[in-house]
Amino acid sequence: MTARAIDANRQAEVVAALVRALPAARVLHREEDTRPYECDGLTAYRELPMVVALPESEAEVQAVLRTCSALEVPVVARGAGTGLSGGALPSSRGVLLSLAKMKRILALDPIARVARVQPGVRNLAISEAAAPYDLYYAPDPSSQIACSIGGNVAENSGGVHCLKYGLTVHNVMRVRGVTMSGEAVELGSEALDAPGFDLLAAVVGSEGMLVVVTEATVRLVPKPELARCILASFGDVEKAGDAVAQVIAAGIIPAGLEMMDQPATRAVEEFVHAGYDLDAAAILLAEADGTPEEVAEDIARMRAVLEKAGATGIRVSRDEAERLTFWAGRKAAFPAVGRISPDYICMDGTIPRKRLAEMLRAIARLEQKYGLRCPNVFHAGDGNLHPLILFDANDPDQLRRTERFVEEVLELSVAFGGTITGEHGVGIEKINQMCLQFSPEELERFRGVKRAFDPAGLLNPEKNVPSLHRCAEYGRMHVRGGKLPHPELPLF
Amino acid sequence: MSDALTTLAEAIRAARAAGTPLRVRGGGTKDFYGQGLAGEVLDTRDYAGIVAYEPTELVVTVRCGTRLADLEAALARADQMLAFEPPHFGAAATIGGAVAAGLSGPRRATAGALRDFVLGVRILDGRGQDLTFGGQVMKNVAGYDVSRLMAGSLGTLGVILEASLKVLPIPTAEATLRLELPEERAIDTMNRWAGRPLPISATAWHAGDLAVRLSGAEAAVRAARERIGGEALAPADAVAFWRGIREQTDPFFRTDAPLWRLSVPSATPALGIPGDQLIEWGGGLRWLAADADARMLRVRAGQAGGHATLFRGGDKSAGVFQPLGSPVARIHRNLKAEFDPNGVLNRGRMYPDW
Ligand SMILES: Cc1cc2nc3c(=O)[nH]c(=O)nc-3n(C[C@H](O)[C@H](O)[C@H](O)COP(=O)(O)OP(=O)(O)OC[C@H]3O[C@@H](n4cnc5c(N)ncnc54)[C@H](O)[C@@H]3O)c2cc1C
Repeated sequence: MTARAIDANRQAEVVAALVRALPAARVLHREEDTRPYECDGLTAYRELPMVVALPESEAEVQAVLRTCSALEVPVVARGAGTGLSGGALPSSRGVLLSLAKMKRILALDPIARVARVQPGVRNLAISEAAAPYDLYYAPDPSSQIACSIGGNVAENSGGVHCLKYGLTVHNVMRVRGVTMSGEAVELGSEALDAPGFDLLAAVVGSEGMLVVVTEATVRLVPKPELARCILASFGDVEKAGDAVAQVIAAGIIPAGLEMMDQPATRAVEEFVHAGYDLDAAAILLAEADGTPEEVAEDIARMRAVLEKAGATGIRVSRDEAERLTFWAGRKAAFPAVGRISPDYICMDGTIPRKRLAEMLRAIARLEQKYGLRCPNVFHAGDGNLHPLILFDANDPDQLRRTERFVEEVLELSVAFGGTITGEHGVGIEKINQMCLQFSPEELERFRGVKRAFDPAGLLNPEKNVPSLHRCAEYGRMHVRGGKLPHPELPLF
Repeated sequence: MSDALTTLAEAIRAARAAGTPLRVRGGGTKDFYGQGLAGEVLDTRDYAGIVAYEPTELVVTVRCGTRLADLEAALARADQMLAFEPPHFGAAATIGGAVAAGLSGPRRATAGALRDFVLGVRILDGRGQDLTFGGQVMKNVAGYDVSRLMAGSLGTLGVILEASLKVLPIPTAEATLRLELPEERAIDTMNRWAGRPLPISATAWHAGDLAVRLSGAEAAVRAARERIGGEALAPADAVAFWRGIREQTDPFFRTDAPLWRLSVPSATPALGIPGDQLIEWGGGLRWLAADADARMLRVRAGQAGGHATLFRGGDKSAGVFQPLGSPVARIHRNLKAEFDPNGVLNRGRMYPDW
C-alpha cells in the first residue's frame, strides 16, 4: 500500500492544539516516534500517523477528542496493536490515540466477582490479578499476554474456551467510554442489566468506531477445580469434522474443542514439541473442566464418542503439565506458521459446524488452484476457521493469488450460512467482503448506528462498514441464504 | 415472501405513509410491561414456525409468532432448552415478544441473559425494510451487533421477524435445596457460592428462606448437595417452585402492591426499603412489592450501581424505566430515528418521548 504524505502545516496545527490537552511529551509527531504505530498485527497495511497522542486518564481522552472534533481530525484508537484486521491502522491525516498508558486495574472485588480496569490492561493481567481468589477472566485469545481489554471489547475477542464460557460480549458487564465529541458515556452496568437499549452490545465488537473505551468492568468466574484434555488423532479430516458434531450431539459442551490439520501440527511440532501425532491427518483437542467427578464423567463420554467417530489414537492429559503442553501447540500455531513461511494471512470465517468437512475439502482444492499452502487451525466447537495461507509478499503474483484465495474462502463462508469474520474483525482487511454478506440496506443501517454515536464520522473512519461507492467498485454481489453468486458452478 | 410477512411489511408501510403508530403484539402476555401502548395492533402471530433447527449446531431459527411453549417443546424433544428460561406470563407468549421484552428467568445469573443467546435476527424496520443481522453461527463480528440491540428494545426499533438463538443441552441432573437464612447472610452466601465452582443454576430468597437449584452432571450435583446442605425439595415440588418464580405465579407475586424490579450488583447489601421482597439471581435481582416513592427507589438503585423498573401495576407517570443520562438518551433517540424515522413502531413503549 502506498502511504499518503503528511501535511506538515496541518500537523503543526494539530500538535499545537493537542499540547494544550496533554503534556507535550505525550504528543508524538517526529517520524522516529510515530513509526512504531504505523500498523497493527495486519502488517501488510501501513500508514504513518500524523500525530500520536498518549493520554493517561479519561479526562485526557476527553480533551484529545474534543480538540480533534473541533479541528475535524479523524482519530484511531489503539490498544496493544495485536489486531489482525487493520482496525488500528492509523491515518496520515489523523491522530492515533494510544490507550497503552492507561493500564491500571482500578478495583477487583472477589465477592462480587468483578474487576474494573483501564482499557490498556492486558487480558492476561486480569486473570493474574484474580488468581489469588481462584477466579479468572474467561475469554482467552491466544494473544492474551499482549492484547488489551480495550482491544478485546472493540473486537469482541474469543479464545479457545469460549464455546463454554462465552466471548468478550458475555463477560464484559459495563464499559465507560468517550464519544468523538468528548462526552463520557456509561453503557451496561455492574448489575446484570441496564435500562434502555443494549448499547453495550453495540459497542462490543464495534472496532473502535463508536466510542473510545476508557474503562471496563469484567466478570470474573471461579476457576474449575480440574481440567483435563483429550488429544485425539484422525486418519482423515472429514472424520475429525464429523466427530466435532457428534460430541455436541451427545449433549456435551466441552470447555474447549479445537482442531488442527496435519500441515498445522507439523509446523507447530517443530516449534513447541507438543507431542502431536504427526501421522494423523487431523487432531482434535477436547477439554473437560469442573469438579473431579464431572471431569471424569465428561472425559469418559467424550472418549467414547471420539472412538466411535473413528479416532485412530486417543491420549488424555495425565496432569496439568501435560494438559498445558497439549495446548501450547495450539496456542503457538500462528507464530509456528510464521516460521515456515515469509508471510502468512490468517482468515477468520465462521461456518455451521456441519459444513466443516466440506469447507476443508474446498480449501484443499483452492490450495491446488492457487499453488499455495494453507494449514488449518479451527475453533472447531464454534465453527470458527483460521486457515493460514502461506505466501511471499515480495512476489507480486503470490500476493495476488493469496488475495483471490482469501476472497474465495470468505465467499464460501457466507454461502455456507456463516460469516466473513468470527473474532478478528472486519477492519480494513475484509471491508470489501462486507458487500457480500450484507445488502445495501443493511450496510446503510450500520452506517446509521455509527451516526447515532458519531455524527461527524471522525472515529476510525473508513473501517468495518464499506461505503456504497466501495461496494460498487468491488463489483461483487451480496450473497444470501446459501446462494452463491454462480449457483451453476459445481461446489467441489 | 410469505403472505404473513407481506402483510406485516405492507401494514408498516401504510402506517408510515399515514403517520399513524403501530403497536406490535404477539400473544399480548407482556402488554402490562413498559411505558405505554399506542396505536393499532400489528399482530405477529401468523408469521410462525421453526425455520431451522439442528441440535448438533446448538442453534434454532424461529419465526416471531411461534409460541414460546411450542418452541420449548420442540427443543425438549432433542434434550435441549433455552438456557435463559424466558418468562412466558401466559400460554400465548411468542418468541418474538420474548426477544423484544428481553426478559430472562431464574437461570440468568449463571447461564446468561436472553441477549447472550441471540445470534441473529431478521427484522422489518420502521420503513418496512426486511433486514438481516448476525446469523446462525456462534461467533460473528461482521458489522455492529444489531441482533443484540434488538433484544429488549421492546419493538421500538423493528418488528423482530425471526431470531436465531443458541440453545443448550438440558442438564442431566437437578436438585433444589432450601436453607433458612436471614437476608444479609443469604446475600453474602449466594455471592460466596458464585465464587466457587458449584453447579448452581438458580437462587431465590424470600422471608428467611433461601432456595438454591443445582443443575449439571450427576456427580457434580451430588457433590454440591453435600457442600451446601439444607433440605432437599421433592423433584415435582422443585419444578413447581421454580415455575412459580419464573412465571410470577408464586404467592409473593400475587400482590396488589406495585411490583418493582431492582437490578443491582449482586453483592449490594440489604436495601432496607419497606415492603415485601424476593431476591433472585444470586443477589442481583430484588423484587419489591411496595407503594414506594419512585424517585427514592431510583436514587437507591442508582447509588448501588443499578436501576429500578416499575414492573407491574403502580403509577406509570413516574416513568417505568430508570431515566437515561443525557448523552445516552441522545444516542437512543438517534438510533430510533435511524431504524424508525417516522416513529411508527411501539411509540412511547420504552420512554414517553419516543
Ligand atoms: C498471535 C495472535 C493471536 C491471536 N489470537 C486471537 C484469538 O485467539 N482470538 C481473538 O479473538 N483474537 C486473536 N488475535 C487478535 C487480537 O489479539 C485481538 O483482536 C485483540 O483483541 C486486539 O487487542 P489489541 O489491544 O491489540 O487491540 P488493537 O490491535 O490495538 O486494536 C484493535 C481494534 O480495537 C480498537 N481499540 C483498541 N483499543 C480501544 C479502546 N480503548 N477503545 C476503542 N477502541 C479501541 C482499535 O481501534 C482497533 O479497531 C490474535 C492476534 C495475534 C497477533
